Amino acid sequence: MSDLQDLYQDMILDHNKRPRNRRALDEANRRAEGYNPLCGDRVTVFVRLEDNVVKEATFEGSGCAISTASASLMTEAVKGKTLDEAKALFKKFHKLVTGGAVETAEGPGLGKLEVFSGVCRYPARVKCATLAWHTVNAALEEHDSEEPKVTTE
Amino acid sequence: MDVTAPMQPATSAPTRAADRVYDVERIRADFPVLHQQINGHPLVYLDNAATAQKPQCVIDELVRYYTSDNANIHRGVHALSIRATEAYERSRRAAQRFIGAAEPEEIIFTRSTTEGVNLVAQSYGRTVLREGDEILISTFEHHSNIVPWQMLCEQTGARLKVAPINDAGELMIDAFERLLTERTRIVSLAHVSNALGTINPLATLIPLARAAGATVVVDGAQAAPHTKIDVCKLDCDFYLLSSHKMYGPTGVGVVYGRRSLLERMPPYQGGGEMIKSVAFEKTVYNDVPHKFEAGTPNIADVVAFRSAVVYLEGIGMDRISAHEHELLGYGTRLLSEIPAVRLVGTASNKAAVLSFVVDGVHAHDVGTVLDGEGIAVRTGHHCAQPVMDRFGVPATARASLGLYNTKEELDALAGAIRKVVEVFG
Repeated sequence: MSDLQDLYQDMILDHNKRPRNRRALDEANRRAEGYNPLCGDRVTVFVRLEDNVVKEATFEGSGCAISTASASLMTEAVKGKTLDEAKALFKKFHKLVTGGAVETAEGPGLGKLEVFSGVCRYPARVKCATLAWHTVNAALEEHDSEEPKVTTE
Repeated sequence: MDVTAPMQPATSAPTRAADRVYDVERIRADFPVLHQQINGHPLVYLDNAATAQKPQCVIDELVRYYTSDNANIHRGVHALSIRATEAYERSRRAAQRFIGAAEPEEIIFTRSTTEGVNLVAQSYGRTVLREGDEILISTFEHHSNIVPWQMLCEQTGARLKVAPINDAGELMIDAFERLLTERTRIVSLAHVSNALGTINPLATLIPLARAAGATVVVDGAQAAPHTKIDVCKLDCDFYLLSSHKMYGPTGVGVVYGRRSLLERMPPYQGGGEMIKSVAFEKTVYNDVPHKFEAGTPNIADVVAFRSAVVYLEGIGMDRISAHEHELLGYGTRLLSEIPAVRLVGTASNKAAVLSFVVDGVHAHDVGTVLDGEGIAVRTGHHCAQPVMDRFGVPATARASLGLYNTKEELDALAGAIRKVVEVFG
């Protein structure tokens, strides 16, 4: 089980069991829906953006342990970040889970998100880890009132 | 018996088969891929409904064909072309024999079962359907027995109707009967559900459909590796097979079609092979089945498909069914003993498929933990999303058994599921 423990680290299991910020956000001014047709996972991400800073982020939806924990940890990670910092974080996270080198020079570090480092050895699970991130990215890029929808395919 | 040699063909098999015990270890020795370690554990391959592994005789036949016979078929006058053509047509006769078709001309080779459904829909369906006509399928069809009919409905103005299933995953016969009308032109049903394992009671359903005047299409992709098929006894009009689910190569599908219908149907695709003569003024199409096989077919894989058929006949479909049935009963008991496990699909007549969910754990997490134990199962919607909706689950894990699986492998599966419960409990 050692490889598996690497994937399902305690923090991931904890966030899967007790997801943080899993609720709708009435005051949200950005939101997006994400869908992974492969697993049937759906997630809605809510963001309250003020002065270009993510004041709050929440999510609704359910999926596998990796996608639920990733959504939960994402909402914690982007809170307090500027729009650019949040996008830079998404890029770094994406590199981490797809096995690319993670540069440390620019933007915020990954911190807790490094618990997802085991995902890159499970190519079939990368989309589970990135669904919430693709979705928050779409929410942050949203410019008009129409709600964007992203899929992992 | 030499374990790597193709077994005896069916003509001599029945009496001999009855005398032999089902020696699963001997059968396993025929499948080289099974003998490997995955993540430090012996491979337990339980994804046979997705694709089955290949016996050495099939692998050898592919090598033999390319090593000694390779040529294009049906037009060369040279020795290799004659040998290749004979081998290809021998496969057609093997398929005919395997499903009990009356004539080899009723066997068409395609690249998949999916292409077979599309061929029937576009060549037969498009010719006979008028606006307002109806096509009847069931809730547990594979996407490949749904989407081609939806496309046909868009083209012709016909309507697609869906017969419901009960909580056990069985087609509701009363409802099926009520959905048959004088406008029902085509009834297309799975012989065995890929997601649930349910065996459809075709002996009851087909006469009902025929009495309503419908043409009957049977998707036999999941039935052919597990049970004896007799298309004449079934009295269906079309029956579709997939080589790779029958321990044969990928890239080969079989369409059985009743000759009287095939004769009336226009070609599916145009090109070489499917013509008698071509002139810019007029082209004359070839006879059945060649008018449905445009272009150079997948010759090598069709040739090696025959080795898979001969292999299955050598063991005997009745004995394969009995072995798998015993495994299914054993596996069902084992999984039912785990409180967190819910089996999805509990039909009284089932092929060896164990589709299940673990309370509070997504199927993909189940699949990943099982893979860590060397166990290959399919997780997801199994290309049957309406089935998942019917049972209110986003996905299931599916262990699908084959002729080489053992009780020990099911013990390993149950042990690994208990680990899933431990990790996520």
